Amino acid sequence: MIPAQFDYQVPATLEEAINLLAQDPDGTKVLAGGHSLIPAMKLRLAQPQRLIDIARIRDLSYIREDGNVILIGATATHYELESSDLLRNICPLLPDCARSIGDVQVRNKGTIGGSLAHCDPAGDWPAAAIALNADVVLAGPGGERTMKAEDFFVDLMTTALEPGEILREVRIAKPQGKFGHAYQKAPHPASGFAVVGVAANITLNADGSCATASLGVTGVGNKAYRPAGAEAALVGKKLDDQTVAAAAAKIADGIDVNGDLYASSEYRKHLATVHAARAIKAAAGKAS
Amino acid sequence: MATKYVGQRVKRTEDPRLIKGLAHYVDDIRLPDTLHVCFVRSIYPHARINSIDTSAALAAPGVVAVYTGKDIAGKLGPVPCASALPDLKVPDFRALAGDKVLFVGHPIAAVVATDRYAARDAVDLVMVDYEDLPAVVDVEEAAKGGTVIHENFADNIAYKMTAGEGDIDASLGAADRVVKQRILHSRLAPIAMEPRGVLARYFPGEEELTVWSSTQIPHLLRTQLALMIGIPENKLRVITPEVGGGFGSKLNVYGEEALLGWISVQLGKPVKWIETRRENIQATIHGRGQVGYIEIGFKNDGTITGLRYNVFADLGAYHQLLTPAIPTLTGLMLSGAYKIPAIQINITACFTNKMATDAYRGAGRPEATYVVERAMDLVAAELGIDAAEVRRRNFPAANEFPFHTATGLDYDSGNYEAALDKAQQIIGYAKLREEQKKARDEGRLIGIGVSTYVEICALGPSAAMPAGGWESATVRIEPTGKVTVLTGASPHGQGQETSFAQIAADELGVDLKDVTVIHGDTGIVQYGIGTFGSRATAVGGTAVLIAIQKLKEKAQKIAAHMLQADASRLSFEGGRYSLPAASAAAVGSSDPVVPVGEAPAGALPEPETEGRTSLTIQEIALAAHIAKDIPPDTEPGLSATYFFEPKNFTFPFGTHIAVVEVDRDTGDIKFQRYVAVDDCGKVINPLLVDGQVHGGIVQSIGQALYEEVVYDEQGQLVTGTLMDYALPRASHIPNFELDRTETPSPVNPLGVKGVGEAGTIGATPAIVGAVVDALAPFGVKHLDMPIRPESVWKIINSSH
Repeated sequence: MIPAQFDYQVPATLEEAINLLAQDPDGTKVLAGGHSLIPAMKLRLAQPQRLIDIARIRDLSYIREDGNVILIGATATHYELESSDLLRNICPLLPDCARSIGDVQVRNKGTIGGSLAHCDPAGDWPAAAIALNADVVLAGPGGERTMKAEDFFVDLMTTALEPGEILREVRIAKPQGKFGHAYQKAPHPASGFAVVGVAANITLNADGSCATASLGVTGVGNKAYRPAGAEAALVGKKLDDQTVAAAAAKIADGIDVNGDLYASSEYRKHLATVHAARAIKAAAGKAS
Repeated sequence: MATKYVGQRVKRTEDPRLIKGLAHYVDDIRLPDTLHVCFVRSIYPHARINSIDTSAALAAPGVVAVYTGKDIAGKLGPVPCASALPDLKVPDFRALAGDKVLFVGHPIAAVVATDRYAARDAVDLVMVDYEDLPAVVDVEEAAKGGTVIHENFADNIAYKMTAGEGDIDASLGAADRVVKQRILHSRLAPIAMEPRGVLARYFPGEEELTVWSSTQIPHLLRTQLALMIGIPENKLRVITPEVGGGFGSKLNVYGEEALLGWISVQLGKPVKWIETRRENIQATIHGRGQVGYIEIGFKNDGTITGLRYNVFADLGAYHQLLTPAIPTLTGLMLSGAYKIPAIQINITACFTNKMATDAYRGAGRPEATYVVERAMDLVAAELGIDAAEVRRRNFPAANEFPFHTATGLDYDSGNYEAALDKAQQIIGYAKLREEQKKARDEGRLIGIGVSTYVEICALGPSAAMPAGGWESATVRIEPTGKVTVLTGASPHGQGQETSFAQIAADELGVDLKDVTVIHGDTGIVQYGIGTFGSRATAVGGTAVLIAIQKLKEKAQKIAAHMLQADASRLSFEGGRYSLPAASAAAVGSSDPVVPVGEAPAGALPEPETEGRTSLTIQEIALAAHIAKDIPPDTEPGLSATYFFEPKNFTFPFGTHIAVVEVDRDTGDIKFQRYVAVDDCGKVINPLLVDGQVHGGIVQSIGQALYEEVVYDEQGQLVTGTLMDYALPRASHIPNFELDRTETPSPVNPLGVKGVGEAGTIGATPAIVGAVVDALAPFGVKHLDMPIRPESVWKIINSSH
């Protein structure tokens, strides 16, 4: 519980942060809310030589609309997303997901960018980001690049961030039409992380059939993923119990399902199926 | 005694400082030049230490010293075990390991440095060459033989014991039916919010050692540290500042406490160690840890004829203070709330390569209650009789107390049926059962669990305790009229600064604000036993009461002298000794004798007695201190000390009823209702009692549904952080519907019984019973704790 020695730097701007990071990208960790990094440092599982604290960069924390896009700064806290009236109206999946994270203290400090960049296999935000077809904006010494959230999550605790890059922004196309969102989660009783978490973003046609289905799953495999088979089983169909069940049954297709003391892989896969069905139904219910 | 305060929901006077962060825990005490200690602890459950190289650590910046087992050999005495059982094997347990480590977290070396970070950095530089040995993890395997953990012993069995009265074979033989069940009591980590912490300061000139420690037993600790460190007890002072919870885990004497004192003596400087949460889970005692086999015999009408419990107790690698005694407490309480003609417990207590088990809130009694309550549920299920009804049929009647059990106890007082009636009435039991039936028909899984428990409290008569079972109090009234209560109990969250002040304020007729309760400093407080076993109020509170009664005998003599009257003519009421028919006009001022901060400093004004027909006890205190006008045969000053020795334990009881619903799809368990009717005798402060019951039930919820210290097959600790070890959170807790019955204890003049552990004793079986009941449609009769959703789901799923 006593971290190793480290240097601590507080840049005033993102540009300054990128310059500082470039000095020693391998020995440096970017600190935002600190709710994953600091515990790891206290247990000496992480021993960075230097921290660059981006949480104090003023123009990195925002939630705003820009035409048909929602822009969220990397250091927007879980609580800011949870309590945003704007998001409640135009993209309720984000506040719903935020509300399920940790506890009040965690939500007050933890950030969406930190969570996405940490890429915990049981983190909540990756599931929501995938379901919302979010883009992430990565800023580095050579400029910015944008990629799909689902491509950003590479492997266990591994993202597409290159050394020297900082996740700057999350971009989400404003949901249109008859859409419904839901996030269903089985939290681990100790950590609060998702044993399984399923985010559903469903749009319906005028006749009530499913126009689009976008799902994100966390907690189940070594990283959050899009269950393409389950999505395909929904599109174009009436979302009756049978259809939903058939789609939910595909939720972990092709995934090497985690098992641990709390939930074996068999049980976890079952939970994913149950929560997928619940999330799809809840989302469809809100869309209609 | 007028009861202006006793019985009232007085808010804890401790709370403002705690809430505002103004309280002082060990870590808040900062002394100049303090050195900091971090420990090198074993990463192996069982290994030989071939060598330890401390040279790199010693060369690290800020490091002052590194001590290993070799350095303390012959200099620091063994970690004490106070349990004296026949033929008990007691391994030699030292503060730092010798040539073997026997559990993950076993201390190997202490690194002392100028700051905590330097000490922690240097821990990684201590090179330990381990030779891994096979670990003994499963307690039943440990009993069979194989690897022997302590090479100087023939096997891993620390002791075997059989206890109980009645002819168990005949009683089981005479039963219409006998049911058997294997049950597990998981290992639990107490997880006090404040981990352990020690600060030790030795003054080489005065040869005085002061040890600040987060403990429940400052005086007992002082005695043991004196023996271990080899320092005269009257040169050793233990101070227990604020303690952030103990739950029994600080009812102990730890190697670290002695080692810190010893290091301070070696270096002549203050040294501090604050336990990390990881150390806390590894190397602070665990609780429970039993594997048991129940055999219960009964008649077809549900009458119990006999109970046998064969138990394997997982003691861990070494004995801490009371490790071996805990399973014997289980044996004592196996009769529960029932008339059982014959009871037998057969204990096989074994060493394993794990941390020691010891007293965790309830300490052996939750295990007993769980055994007998699970047994009652099994009987109910076997006979198809309602769980509440089968219990009711076996209660002793209210007029059968004192009630002798086949475990050799005499229950002081009780009315078990009244508590059950009240709980059933509150929850609407009959209607609830109907609703349950209807819900089941609809495919919903509702379960109702009933627990009618008895516990043993107010530990206890000295004859039954390893180091005295009495408690002490000194009460004095200072010259300014302020009342100081010094208690030998050591409250660490129980709120006795408030409840003892309530007792004193009522008994002395003074304002609550005028009373201060002091505890936890052996340099100030007379010897005491400490706070554990729900004893502080029943035993320590009684000592306060009787000390005040002694003090008042003296005060009355002085009052009579001052009023020039015969003492027998004086009455005492509202803090005032009065002559008969004292008119209000003659009574005099009721203001404090010397308003603090307003009176001129210097000579104290003598109370004016001319024409008075009454005097306050505070005026008498002043006169007793000035001592110009007190009876010739009376000592100056106004204080009294009393050491109260209880004649028996007390036996609180109650009924807890839990209602749960199980999610058919996921196996999740949700509470619908929770009703607890507890009888802890007379109540000093209902608010404190409610708080104790709340906390206890929460820990029971933890045990029943979430908590388990897990070591894997190799002996590695799997649940080493609070990310893995699941403590119940606020969102896991239902609304509690609490009520009480009040059956005074005849054992002490306050009539109190104790309530500190009731929740952890009474609640667990109700919760498990409710889940089992919910799954009864699947033929389930028992489930082991913690009942995780997966195990529930497997039952439901396998029935498809």
